[in-house]
Amino acid sequence: MSVEVRLPTVLRAHAGGRSAVIAEGGTIGQVLADLVRNYPGMAGQVLTEDGTLHKFVNVYVDDDDVRYLDQLDTKVAPGQTVSILPAVAGG
Amino acid sequence: MIRLPSNVYAEIVGHCLRGLPDEACGLLGGDPVSGDVARCYPTRNLAASAKLYTVDPGDHLRADRDAESRGMEIIGVFHSHTHTDAYPSPTDVAQAPDPGWHYVLVSLRDTHPTLRSYRIYGDMVDEESVVVAPR
Repeated sequence: MSVEVRLPTVLRAHAGGRSAVIAEGGTIGQVLADLVRNYPGMAGQVLTEDGTLHKFVNVYVDDDDVRYLDQLDTKVAPGQTVSILPAVAGG
Repeated sequence: MIRLPSNVYAEIVGHCLRGLPDEACGLLGGDPVSGDVARCYPTRNLAASAKLYTVDPGDHLRADRDAESRGMEIIGVFHSHTHTDAYPSPTDVAQAPDPGWHYVLVSLRDTHPTLRSYRIYGDMVDEESVVVAPR
């Protein structure tokens, strides 16, 4: 199943400058793994080496932050949009 | 250079003052090429701390969508330092999310707020000029 993944500016360079790409999967984990497979430059910026969600990004299915859902097991349905934004924090 | 319309400048400083005693934060929408800011998006500080800030991810998503709908992008972030200079802390530098962004700091340490802006590339910090323009 294909879903649209919207990319933050900092990741677009790894996808030929595109602001959104298509990735395959029925869960956020599968979608992000497919994204990294297609655009290896994003490896390490979206998922950690352990395969968990990187703390420097926030991932949403439509309006919902997946950290408040089932994290990487969050289901994605056809027509939904996955958005990735940088986690913005400091001191 | 970053150009802040006077109303945006006032919104940034006002949001920082309202956030006391905690740090306050928000995002800036504008033109990524010219550095012209057109809109201030105050956000919640999830860290609710006088020493740390975390932009609420839901507020960030809404700001990003609003900016896009207006033909803009999120081009920077602002936050306050309640007891230190308007200069990026080591944490700010280590966690800077995008080398293309502008990093606006507001110090509330002294009687009058001080606003300065920086670019952060890796561990390199460059101050940039701030132009406050009529609305």
